Amino acid sequence: MAEEKTLLNVSSSPHIRVKADTCYLMKMVVAALAPAAVFGIFNFGPRALLILALSIASACFFEAMMDKILHKPLSIGDFSAVVTGLLLGMNLPVGVPWWMPILGSAFAIIIVKMLFGGLGENFMNPALGARCFLLISFAGKMCDFTVPDNTFLTVADAVSGATPLAAVKAGEEINLMASFIGYTKGTIGETSALLLLLGGIFLCVTKIIDWKIPVCYIGSFSIFVLLFGGHGFDLYYLACELCTGGLMLGAWFMATDYVTSPITPKGRVVYGIILGVLTGIFRLFGASAEGVSYAIIFSNLLVPLLERVTIRKAFGRGGHAR
Amino acid sequence: MTMKENTPIERLYNGIIKENPTFVLLLGMCPTLAVTTSAVNGLGMGLTTMVILTMSNLMISLLRKVIPDGVRMPAYIVIVASFVTIVQFLLQGFIPSLYSALGIYIPLIVVNCIILGRAEAYASKNKVIASIFDGIGMGLGFTLGLTCIGIVRELLGAGKIFGISVMPSFYTPITIFILAPGAFFVLAFLIAFQNKFKIGSARKNQDGSTACSRTSCMNCGNRICSGRMAEPKTTGKEEKA
Repeated sequence: MAEEKTLLNVSSSPHIRVKADTCYLMKMVVAALAPAAVFGIFNFGPRALLILALSIASACFFEAMMDKILHKPLSIGDFSAVVTGLLLGMNLPVGVPWWMPILGSAFAIIIVKMLFGGLGENFMNPALGARCFLLISFAGKMCDFTVPDNTFLTVADAVSGATPLAAVKAGEEINLMASFIGYTKGTIGETSALLLLLGGIFLCVTKIIDWKIPVCYIGSFSIFVLLFGGHGFDLYYLACELCTGGLMLGAWFMATDYVTSPITPKGRVVYGIILGVLTGIFRLFGASAEGVSYAIIFSNLLVPLLERVTIRKAFGRGGHAR
Repeated sequence: MTMKENTPIERLYNGIIKENPTFVLLLGMCPTLAVTTSAVNGLGMGLTTMVILTMSNLMISLLRKVIPDGVRMPAYIVIVASFVTIVQFLLQGFIPSLYSALGIYIPLIVVNCIILGRAEAYASKNKVIASIFDGIGMGLGFTLGLTCIGIVRELLGAGKIFGISVMPSFYTPITIFILAPGAFFVLAFLIAFQNKFKIGSARKNQDGSTACSRTSCMNCGNRICSGRMAEPKTTGKEEKA
């Protein structure tokens, strides 16, 4: 009897449902980010763990606080604040003072996310908004990649000097293999291109994220670099640009944020291409070596326009849809 | 809180609190966002605007029956521009530091919406004394708004107030607050705070008959109004009139 009842349940579409809810998706993103984060802790020492823990804990705290102030149901159970905190922590250099992840989380959660209506309403990626806030406010500290010498694995040239990305920009030779695996300098979570790539592919295979955005992003960025990089068709130089800096972290984990990326398939392709071209412009012609974060938050602002332009017409309406 | 209209006190109250140009009318946003990097700049800009606003209100009110309706805008612009030029030379001569800090925004006072707005909305229709106090009130309200924004931005972005260090030595200034984005953050938060305090009295006034003077709710931009307060009371009277 019970089975018949469920069969006769009449409802509008969708008829086939999966059990994935926000909490499940966010946990999968955390799982995909975890290898790179653990590698960051391994690479930069216990202080990296402190920064990540502070930024995740304060993100959850501010989310709960804003829920309380705005009389909303408690929303930290959906893990989105954990993802924001983790991404923010992974975007900070290991040497930042302890209050900086807390200030960043406060900006991300209170101003970028909750004041605009909470999850689903934020107009830009909260973690990247906070990173840019910190980058503009404390340019010196945010660009100081000096590693404290209490690392588990101290790499000789990792203590001082420029990041690989800055070295590439300055035209110096870098150790490509070290950049690919991650034994280099940079922010906590961005160094290991390999683990980020694996995490991203995991998310694509499990259909948590759409492959279109990262593939179009990295593809258009590669073409831009080959055309305008000044090195001609040099695959070694291209590989250096791809493996260094925050490109992998940004392309797989931050550009694909559900809220701030287009929902239309065509829009996603255009969004990826805009991201790639902007990152190329910022990296090659800008003053600083890195351009991923600004490219992503700038493209986030274009998303409503992209969705309007690329929305699919209702079937049968031809070109007269209005 | 009913006051007799167009008295000096009512005009001052109106300009500073009720229709504060910065926080309520959101007029003159260009200087508000651009020059409030420090409290002194905000205060200087506010006072400069107040002087020009008072003088132009006086002059336009005096000439309100002479200026033909068709060319009133050019006439106002000429009057305002004359006062701006005078004030600009005075600042350059006597307070050169403020003159260089405000820079291009002094000549831009000519096109400040508050000044043209008050000329059009008030001075061209009202008597001289009331227009002068309207200018002073609006100017003080503008000065208050700019100084508040300037104080907050200077405090957070440089750790100082009026150039004096007030923050403890371990405080790291959050530079973004003296850059352009900081102006938007601070303005938004100050408006939110003063709305928080004003919302109580605004709700009380909803019962009053002056809450809405429109005859219909079409084309009305007031989203908070649910249409309940205007229609039952006014429709009958308006149709007879």
